[in-house]
Amino acid sequence: MKINDVILKTVAKAVVLVILTFGLYLFFSGHHTPGGGFIGGLVLASGFVLLFLSYDVETVSEGIPISFKKLSAVGVLISMSSALVPVFFGQPFLSQSFGYFDLPLLGKTELATVTIFEAGIALTVVGVVVNIILSISEGTK
Amino acid sequence: MYLIISAILLPFIAAAVIPLIHNRLGRLNIGWLALAIPLALFAFFIYHIPAISAGDTFTETLKWLPTVGIDMTVYLDGLSLIMALLITGMGSLVIIYSIYYLSSTDSLPHFYAYLLLFMGAMLGVVLSDNLMVLYVFWELTSISSFLLIAFWYHRKNSRAGAQKSLLITVFGGFAMLAGFLMLHSMTGTFSVRQIAVELTQYANHELFYPAMFLVLLGAFTKSAQFPFHIWLPDAMEAPTPVSAYLHSATMVKAGIYLVARFTPVFGGNSAWFWTVTLVGLVTLFWGAFNAIRQTDLKALLAYSTISQLGLIMSLLGLGSAAMYSGNSAEATAAFGLASFAALFHMVNHSTFKGALFMAVGIVDHQVGTRDIRRLGGLMAFLPFTFTIAVIGSMSMAGLPFVNGFLSKEMFFTASLQALDMELFGTGTWGWIIPVIAWTASVLTFVYSAIIIFRTFFGAHKPEKLDKIPVEPPAGMLVPPAILSFLIIALFFFPNLLGDHLLRPALSGIVPGIDGGAPHIKAWHGFIPELWMTVAIIVFGTILFITLRKWKSIYSLFPSNWTFNMLYTNSLKNLENTSSYLTNSYMTGHLPHYFAYIFSFFVFVAGGTLVWSGALNINLSNDSPLSVYEVLLVVVMALAAIAILFTKSRVSAILLNGVLGFSIAMFFVLFRAPDLALTQLVIETVTTVLFLVCFNYLPDWKKEISPKHVKVRNAIIAATGGLTITLIGLSVNSVDLYESISGYFEDSYELAGGRNIVNAILGDFRALDTLLEGLVLFIAGIGVFSLIRLKVRKEPNDNEN
Repeated sequence: MKINDVILKTVAKAVVLVILTFGLYLFFSGHHTPGGGFIGGLVLASGFVLLFLSYDVETVSEGIPISFKKLSAVGVLISMSSALVPVFFGQPFLSQSFGYFDLPLLGKTELATVTIFEAGIALTVVGVVVNIILSISEGTK
Repeated sequence: MYLIISAILLPFIAAAVIPLIHNRLGRLNIGWLALAIPLALFAFFIYHIPAISAGDTFTETLKWLPTVGIDMTVYLDGLSLIMALLITGMGSLVIIYSIYYLSSTDSLPHFYAYLLLFMGAMLGVVLSDNLMVLYVFWELTSISSFLLIAFWYHRKNSRAGAQKSLLITVFGGFAMLAGFLMLHSMTGTFSVRQIAVELTQYANHELFYPAMFLVLLGAFTKSAQFPFHIWLPDAMEAPTPVSAYLHSATMVKAGIYLVARFTPVFGGNSAWFWTVTLVGLVTLFWGAFNAIRQTDLKALLAYSTISQLGLIMSLLGLGSAAMYSGNSAEATAAFGLASFAALFHMVNHSTFKGALFMAVGIVDHQVGTRDIRRLGGLMAFLPFTFTIAVIGSMSMAGLPFVNGFLSKEMFFTASLQALDMELFGTGTWGWIIPVIAWTASVLTFVYSAIIIFRTFFGAHKPEKLDKIPVEPPAGMLVPPAILSFLIIALFFFPNLLGDHLLRPALSGIVPGIDGGAPHIKAWHGFIPELWMTVAIIVFGTILFITLRKWKSIYSLFPSNWTFNMLYTNSLKNLENTSSYLTNSYMTGHLPHYFAYIFSFFVFVAGGTLVWSGALNINLSNDSPLSVYEVLLVVVMALAAIAILFTKSRVSAILLNGVLGFSIAMFFVLFRAPDLALTQLVIETVTTVLFLVCFNYLPDWKKEISPKHVKVRNAIIAATGGLTITLIGLSVNSVDLYESISGYFEDSYELAGGRNIVNAILGDFRALDTLLEGLVLFIAGIGVFSLIRLKVRKEPNDNEN
């Protein structure tokens, strides 16, 4: 049986963009307002999952040639190494630091190392969630 | 500058890089690249010799988790330096040897990555001052040893040997960890040097002896001491370079190193003295006794390694008497001789056993077998190998003009000292020490002779061999030749080593002995030690010649009462029992699992609630209920009850969603936007997960179970709900612990973020977050492998 899913596919195209943008926004806003690495990653993952649901795995993988398995490993590696860096500056493991800088266009901006750490967490979440859902759905074939 | 720490990290980095660049090298053997690492490190440690022999020590600290006292503190003193030189020096020679030994069909990047991993871990063990860091490196050596023993993993014996060594050494490692934690709870520090200073005042503490024996257990398992020696012969399934490096020169010396390092902590105690000495002596005898019956040259060398490790261990035991607090300065110096001899023999053993392993490896490689029943008359075919083996065996047997003679004489001196030590009750039982030492040395002479005469003399048996033996490429001969040169050089110039390396190392074992370190001499006059050596040669020769006549005594030992059988049977029983236990409750039936989870929850959480006196319901401070809250509760209750009566799975999932979204609404009502957001997204993702799981699930059937099961489940469900409700009601009424929220309120100043939740997640409690991320990742891999890598039906190449 061929399901007519034109509406789903069309809506998904638009909505995924919104979801992914929202996920990114949540990720960056996490420092001062609700959001953060985990929730940002989760929203991004749900965006990808929506794509996979409305199209098939092959089409999406062609468009987004990312290995989500590797993505989660990269995420763990990023947060782990960001935790290691302060050790070589005489600080304890996992120390975070922040500073205020004057950047062009943005003006006085706060830059914090916790962003890198959280980026690692976000990538891990995206990788693991998408990977689990993909493996389970593919395993049924 | 963190030079020493970088020296530990360098092999790890190289181990990570080697597999990546392997394909870009073309025809260059990757071993040459790996060789650069130990060579550079060897030069680096050589460079420290002048300062160390002048009495300096080097310390570097990287803060790690200072709040719990775990810092990466490295400490380079004489004892660490001698080990570091062994690790890097032997490492260089073994890598050269392995380049020619391994064939091109072996997976070289794996081999060198594992080898460098081991090298880094071993350097970490000998250079760490912090016990927790030492422990991690310690287990890493076990793991890399496992990987190297199982390098030819298609062989069944390799896998079994690897498993055995891992189980035994990691068991010891766990015991040692417990010992370390006890030491920490007594002294409040993880630093070995600090503990050595502080522990004297805790000699009557109830944890003192448990800590001592647990630490010793770690050392004994690692250094293959009786009765844990059984893993070492099986570890010989590893490629010969690995046996020469890990299982004779370095890793098995980690236990020796640990005992030496802890002598200032526990030395001077009679339990330590007798345990270390006797275990060492029994191992010395048992190893030598069993070496003689072996027909495989590598197994013979394995038992001989066990025996020699026992010798070094017993010397450290005897030397620990120097730490006795009632000693005069002379007595300290005299007993310190044993520790000095232990260090000297440790170096000598690495040289002669390394040379012998490499020689046996050459025989195996060039002849195709190492079974002495098939070998013989190889002297004419392999003259260089023969020379190397003779020099190595002479040193092992303790004959003159090679370094083994010097350390063996010192061993006898130390064992004779026990006769008039008058400490720890040596008066009554002290005589057994020189007796065992001498007997075992006779046996050592016999098996050293077996290696030479059975392999290189006698009739050549070409009909039993697969190929005609020829000398191997020079690359395989140079490393053992260098070792043979050292064996002879150390006999003629022992004090070069003694003054510059052994003396500073000794002050790491017996602090304050500086002036009293012995001077090594080959000729002492006609003293008892010399007559003991002469007697060894006489009796050893007689025993070797009459070997056939008395060999039958080995068959007197029942074959099913060995430690190996004990290990095999325990492993089998353990597997059977645990599979029986696991199968008895892992039924694959989800309602059972829920019953376990909720009853456990009721007992633990509910029990804690009642036991700790937190059960206290006081509603006077609670805010009044609003209409929205009441409405949400009604909706949730209805949805929950409706789930029980649904006829289809889809509606159950949807009703479950209603519950989840209502909780999210609660978070909105209580102004917790973070939680609301997370709950909403989680709910969405879980629903998708449910949908993709549909195909795996059986048909939705009505649960039909006997009445007593239903009653039981109802009770579990009701008490579970009751526990949650009681906890919820009590939370606001009792303050069992001081509130920590005040600390987090400064998040803007401390972490630069206004979002307290994320400041906690990413900064204050970042370790939790890091580990959660790791757990998530591991769970992801788990799901992936469970689904994708179902047991393959097709046959594979591995022996089973």
